[in-house]
Amino acid sequence: MQALTNRSASVDRKPMTFIERLYLWNVIKGMMITFSHIFKKKATINYPEQTRPFSPVFRGLHVLNRDEEGKERCTACGLCAVACPAEAITMEAAEREPGEEHLYREEKYAAKYEINMLRCIFCGLCEEACPKDAIYLSETFAPSNYTRKGFIYGKEELLIPNPKSEASKLAEARGNTSN
Amino acid sequence: MTLLTIDWMFLLQKLILIAVIITVSLVIAMYATYAERKIAAIMQDRRGPNRAGPFGILQPLADGLKLFFKEEIIPNSSSKFLFILGPSLAMLTAMMTCAVIPWGNKLEFGETSISLQIADINIGMLYVFAIVSLGVYGIMIGGWSSNNKFSLLAALRGASQVISYELAMGLSLIALLMMTGNLSLRSIVDQQMAVGSLWNIAYQPLGFLIFFICALAECNRAPFDLPEAENELNMGYHQEYSSMKLGFFLFAEYINMFISSAIMATLFFGGYDIPFLDEKTLSPNLAAILGLGAFMTKIFIFIFIFMWIRWTLPRFRYDQLMDLGWKKLIPLALANMLVTGAVILWQMKG
Amino acid sequence: MEPTEILFWIISGIAIFSALMVLLSKNPVYSVLWLIVVFFCITNHYILLNAQFLAIVNMIVYAGAIMVLFLFVIMLMNLNTISEPRRTLWVRLAGVVSGGLLLTVIISTVRSAVDMNDKKALMSTGDIGLIQNLGKVLFTSYAIPFEISSILFLSAMVGAVVIGKKE
Repeated sequence: MQALTNRSASVDRKPMTFIERLYLWNVIKGMMITFSHIFKKKATINYPEQTRPFSPVFRGLHVLNRDEEGKERCTACGLCAVACPAEAITMEAAEREPGEEHLYREEKYAAKYEINMLRCIFCGLCEEACPKDAIYLSETFAPSNYTRKGFIYGKEELLIPNPKSEASKLAEARGNTSN
Repeated sequence: MTLLTIDWMFLLQKLILIAVIITVSLVIAMYATYAERKIAAIMQDRRGPNRAGPFGILQPLADGLKLFFKEEIIPNSSSKFLFILGPSLAMLTAMMTCAVIPWGNKLEFGETSISLQIADINIGMLYVFAIVSLGVYGIMIGGWSSNNKFSLLAALRGASQVISYELAMGLSLIALLMMTGNLSLRSIVDQQMAVGSLWNIAYQPLGFLIFFICALAECNRAPFDLPEAENELNMGYHQEYSSMKLGFFLFAEYINMFISSAIMATLFFGGYDIPFLDEKTLSPNLAAILGLGAFMTKIFIFIFIFMWIRWTLPRFRYDQLMDLGWKKLIPLALANMLVTGAVILWQMKG
Repeated sequence: MEPTEILFWIISGIAIFSALMVLLSKNPVYSVLWLIVVFFCITNHYILLNAQFLAIVNMIVYAGAIMVLFLFVIMLMNLNTISEPRRTLWVRLAGVVSGGLLLTVIISTVRSAVDMNDKKALMSTGDIGLIQNLGKVLFTSYAIPFEISSILFLSAMVGAVVIGKKE
């Protein structure tokens, strides 16, 4: 049979020579390999103190955006939920009452917005589908949790801090996610 | 200070020596667990334990504490006494071998000189051998009294491995014995220390190789760790054990490793002999302390080699293990013995 | 009393107790373990007699090898009290009578043996059991019986190999 690539190596089926059957030489060769690994660079890092740099296109935990005045951008159109291949997003819409204009940008807003992080595959299609620039994937990943319920992120976990009233908190969050 | 014709001061001195040696070997065994994890990590390009204390040096304490706080489970259907006896015996036989190892030369405090050896009996090597052969009981009793068929099978596996490799071990030692003409470990060391004499490894390289392989098998170390093959043979004879009783079994393995390193250093690598140095030129106390240091260095090198092998070689299959023991090592040891005998005869004639 | 004498009595007491336990324990595994204790006591007796080589060899051969094989067999046979066959009264009676007779014979021979009368065992003296003396005796005055017994062992080994090869 003709080989498709030149990468395949043919298996040597010659009977072992005496030296090979002694096994001792091969043992020493193997031990030299492990010994050389003592001086190699470590592949791991001290995780909580050091973190690996994320690439700028890293798709991590979701955030729900606010605009410059601190109004929620999401209008509960449901496009993200439709786009989601893992069906991780659910939401309930509500109508903005008079006097809530400083809270929500559009007349319709998401009263409930939940992402199940156990279902989510972090593909980023919700981010692409969103017409209002409301949902973004940040550069962190979901921390561990004791219960399944803990992985269902509601609005309080997803919404970024208000840039007006909680400017310092927002800066802190930005600082944490950008390093 | 003699009462009942016993020299009580002598007894006290020996008791203190025993306490010190046991403590030291326990501490070394403790840190051997740390070294094992660290060496495994380094050889696999990882970092290893580094959380408990600086560089993780408190890790063995944390591990020990964890074992103490684990729930003590004794299976209902096991015979309770034997279940406890098993790990205790494993620990006891591991510790008993320290008695005849010469840790160093004599220390001198004014009039009294203290030998750094608990007992210099004239059958030292046979004593080591006897204790090693008793080590099987810990495994067997532990495995049987768990009343679990997997434990029992693993115990039988372990026992037959230990018995098989004892033979080759003994035969490889006989060749050494024929050369030294002495069973006392201290006089074997003294022979190697004498000016102009080489270490026994120079005369018995094959014997050492056989002894080393057998020591690996006797300590249940990789690549012969079939009695407790954690990941493929259902854990082994300590399957039903938990808490510190499990700890005893695991600990006994490390003590065994330490002791067998000490024996190899004594028999083949000159014991507390410092290479290229005539100890007689130094003051006796300094020579004894330096000798102890040299001996410990040799032991640590051996322990490192034990671990190095563990993190390099894959486990043997059981039939390969038996094949190696009975069909390769024993004939080889016999041939080694024969050749040694012939050479000794030839030298005596010439 | 000398310390060796005190030790002698303690060890003898343990030896007799554990020998009794070999007979009395219901579980054969316990019997074997008690038998190991007996061997240990005998090893200690050898040490008291200053026969160090014999002591260690006793430990290696009996406690270290033979008893391990015993344990092997008994553990694998899985003997327990239920599978033990019930013996009839007659068998038990015959056992008691024959055992008693044996005991009487042994006691009477020991009592009538002249060269054992009024003699104490050697304690912490004597050098018959040391490895050098034993080796000299075995290879000079008893060379032929020694070699014959080693041929016996060799034949046993050859026999084992032959049985193992046959398939």
